Amino acid sequence: MRKFVGERAKRLIASNTIASVVKFNHHYTPSSPNYCSNRSQLRRLPTSLYSLISSYSIMASSGPTPPVTVESLNPKVLKCEYAVRGEIVSIAQKLQQDLQANPGSHPFEEILYCNIGNPQHLGQKPITFFREVLALCDHPALLDKKETMGLFSADSIKRASLILDQIPGRATGAYSHSQGIKGLRDTIAAGIEARDGFPADPNDIFLTDGASPGVHMMMQLLIRSENDGILCPIPQYPLYSASIALHGGTLVRYYLDEATGWGLEVSELKKQLEAAKQKGITVRALVAINPGNPTGQVLAEDNQRQIVEFCKKEGLVLLADEVYQENIYAPDKKFHSFKKICRSMGYGDKDIPLVSFQSVSKGYHGECGKRGGYMEVTGFSPEVREQFYKVASVNLCSNISGQILASLVMSPPKVGDESYDAYMVERDGILKSLARRAKTLEDAFNSLEGVSCNRAEGAMYLFPNIRLPNKAIKAAEEAKKAADAYYAIRLLNATGVVVVPGSGFGQVSGSWHFRCTILPQEDKIPAVVSRLTDFHKKFMDEFRD
Amino acid sequence: MSRKALDYDQINENVKKAQYAVRGELYLRASELQKEGKKIIFTNVGNPHALGQKPLTFPRQVVALCQAPFLLDDPNVGLVFPADAIAKAKLYLSYTAGGLGAYSDSRGLPGIRKEVAEFIGRRDGYPSDPELIYLTDGASKGVMQILQTVIRGNGDGILVPVPQYPLYSAAISLFGGALVPYYLEETANWGLDINNLRQSVADARFKGITVRAMVIINPGNPTGQCLSVENLQQILRFCHQENLVLLGDEVYQQNVYQDERPFISSRKVLFDMGPPISKELQLISFHTVSKGFLGECGQRGGYFEMTNIPPQTVDEIYKVASISLSPNVPGQIFMGVMVSPPKPGDISYDRFIRESKGILESLRKRAHMMTDGFNSCKNVVCNFTEGAMYSFPQIKLPPKAIEAAKSAGKVPDVFYCLKLLEATGISTVPGSGFGQKEGVFHLRTTILPAEEDMPAIMASFKKFNDAFMDQYEDHRGYSRM
Repeated sequence: MRKFVGERAKRLIASNTIASVVKFNHHYTPSSPNYCSNRSQLRRLPTSLYSLISSYSIMASSGPTPPVTVESLNPKVLKCEYAVRGEIVSIAQKLQQDLQANPGSHPFEEILYCNIGNPQHLGQKPITFFREVLALCDHPALLDKKETMGLFSADSIKRASLILDQIPGRATGAYSHSQGIKGLRDTIAAGIEARDGFPADPNDIFLTDGASPGVHMMMQLLIRSENDGILCPIPQYPLYSASIALHGGTLVRYYLDEATGWGLEVSELKKQLEAAKQKGITVRALVAINPGNPTGQVLAEDNQRQIVEFCKKEGLVLLADEVYQENIYAPDKKFHSFKKICRSMGYGDKDIPLVSFQSVSKGYHGECGKRGGYMEVTGFSPEVREQFYKVASVNLCSNISGQILASLVMSPPKVGDESYDAYMVERDGILKSLARRAKTLEDAFNSLEGVSCNRAEGAMYLFPNIRLPNKAIKAAEEAKKAADAYYAIRLLNATGVVVVPGSGFGQVSGSWHFRCTILPQEDKIPAVVSRLTDFHKKFMDEFRD
Repeated sequence: MSRKALDYDQINENVKKAQYAVRGELYLRASELQKEGKKIIFTNVGNPHALGQKPLTFPRQVVALCQAPFLLDDPNVGLVFPADAIAKAKLYLSYTAGGLGAYSDSRGLPGIRKEVAEFIGRRDGYPSDPELIYLTDGASKGVMQILQTVIRGNGDGILVPVPQYPLYSAAISLFGGALVPYYLEETANWGLDINNLRQSVADARFKGITVRAMVIINPGNPTGQCLSVENLQQILRFCHQENLVLLGDEVYQQNVYQDERPFISSRKVLFDMGPPISKELQLISFHTVSKGFLGECGQRGGYFEMTNIPPQTVDEIYKVASISLSPNVPGQIFMGVMVSPPKPGDISYDRFIRESKGILESLRKRAHMMTDGFNSCKNVVCNFTEGAMYSFPQIKLPPKAIEAAKSAGKVPDVFYCLKLLEATGISTVPGSGFGQKEGVFHLRTTILPAEEDMPAIMASFKKFNDAFMDQYEDHRGYSRM
């Protein structure tokens, strides 16, 4: 009955609607469907009718369910998953609280977070020079004090002054240009040029709060609906799957070949692209992670050229995740940026759209908490570039400390600078130690029953393959877990070591993996190895077929 | 393949639709002019440090020490840093295993969230739960995160005040939702009329839109008004009746320039109202380190607090936050210092009070200078800036000026603002970027230029405006009488 009254009221309003008298005066999209702008003059309606409308509107929506419940959330939000911080991390946090409240309540004394590439959390020390510069920029008043000379290196003082001079008004507390401070972008472009041997334009650089917001921005720009697909490696860093889900697109998988050290075959790319097209999906971009996450492989130059050719031929944007470019451990491997590959093939700005992501969180510096990074975007029309800028501007700018750090990472101290020697010692110390840790863990994994592990040529992870016994798979099914998640939870409860199950990254069906960072401090690695080994042996004893 | 993936006609329509006028045409033109060597007064963005406001000493000392923790071991550190800054830095470093260089919990450092909860508890007189406080890279990120969670498609509407801060229209466009405007009443000092609100909701529902949330900006941006307790009660009751989640943008809570209507949080008003509403109404409020006396825009620090949001939803919001790993840690430290500043008796207390009071008192003076200045101009009327950082004068454009704008292919207020920029170097934002009633024109300026520069800026504005009006005046009436 009331519904009927409501409908009648609606009809009455419709017939009484007077031409719009007030307008949302927006000079771009006055009639855009996203603006509910034309307003009928309800106030002129008889009071009785007005109250009817009000009661209709209340009736229509008011009920026992509040506006924000999990059922009424954006389904894209519900759909996306991010395994690196999923269930296992929640369990780890609970265990940690347990250990704090009741020391000795578990067979281990501390939780070792090997789930996430967060080096300083595990005790890696920051690069002194970078931090000196940041501290001085954060508190420029220090530069006026003579005591500062005794506390800071001379070149850090010089660098901080130089950077402050590049910031309008020397104001590190001000929003910057939405692409980032121009002077810092100049420095970064020079760094890219020095790295690649090909020119870089500061106007192509967008500084971001870590690399992730840049990836989100690209997905937002590219994905129009679920009919738009993005080619991603499997296994992949789940930022990509999560971001694609959040923006309502379709993840198009291409499989890396574990048997050839996680090789990326162009035939596989072609096959998956064709299959996606058959399903009516327009593939718009290809994600390449080099060095690989979680797989740790470093792409060979030849392979990179093939990928570039493929993207060019198929009209795909190449999204190059190059955040681990400094993390190379295999002496026979070298990092080549996709930009350098494109340019050395003779492809210029007009030939291929390419986005390269870099971060301050990785490398030898590992400054995750700073949320600094950039993307270099080349091969886009000015109109599209404007859209990038607009979206960046809605968030005003990325944090200044992170911006400064991004410029430092791309232009560290040089030979002859006061800090150079100390910097090199710190840098090489970290990289060499990471290489040793990678090797030790790789060997340890390979010595376990049913486990094989490719070498970490780069990045910060190992991704061993575990052939789980059927009994274990069955036990996992009973516990309603993926088999590798089951293994990882058991590992955590027994050893305090947190790893991420391979199912969070994607893997060939029926194969099982986990991702383990190589980041625990070196003195802890033997303990990690022995705990892992003990656990695995017991696990196999329990479940061996 | 003929089209490339990112050709203009191939990109997401929602992206193209989004508009963000604060950094739009005027700003770009101003930047060009600056490059050509013209002196530009940027009053387009609430960016105090860019206009010469000095950062407060204490927060900068604490963050510098956290950046360079090796200084804490240097016997000479006391020559440069006061003991309470050193103690504070040590405290904050104890909150995190990896210092400023490690990702924190995706919701922010638990220690800082506890300090925020204590601050909210002191402010409102009702305790707050740190588990329901998420730190963000500035308030904008938080707003975007929440809107993304709420908006399912173009059938979902968000009530937004008009004029509004274009973050809301831009974010709603990006996420493909529907903006449902409600108009603030300029003649009632930008007051919020509850009947007007009802009408907006009824209109939207009539069009098949499910209105899901209501945004209030208090103190107002760009309009500068402070909402009264009565008004807030009405809003809360309205949201309760209409089943809307209230998004309270309260980033200007420290920026209040009159004493009749001090800032009062939506949360306090809600809890004062008691059950059932206080237990049912869903509220999310936003705060930042970019505004207030801190004005630390470049740090990108902020938080949102959730009230009466079900745990499962809180978990979903956590999941989305975790995809971005963590908010920047230096920004989190700034938030910590903002909510737990030096206390009486601390070494830095006097200096901190002197600096922060100095800024707020000067802003109060500037608010008066600016509104008085505008009101002395021909065909300009301006409500007093009760709070926030902006003046939003109405410019009554003569018909000839409107015609001239049309033939130049510009919206009339854009035309006016461009002329103003070319003539004086004052970079403002046209009212059309915020939304306004048809045929009425405004511009937004911040009140942030240095106090000593203010008389000259207002004189220069008046000179331009009055000449502009003389040029286009034809005595046939104005854009609005």
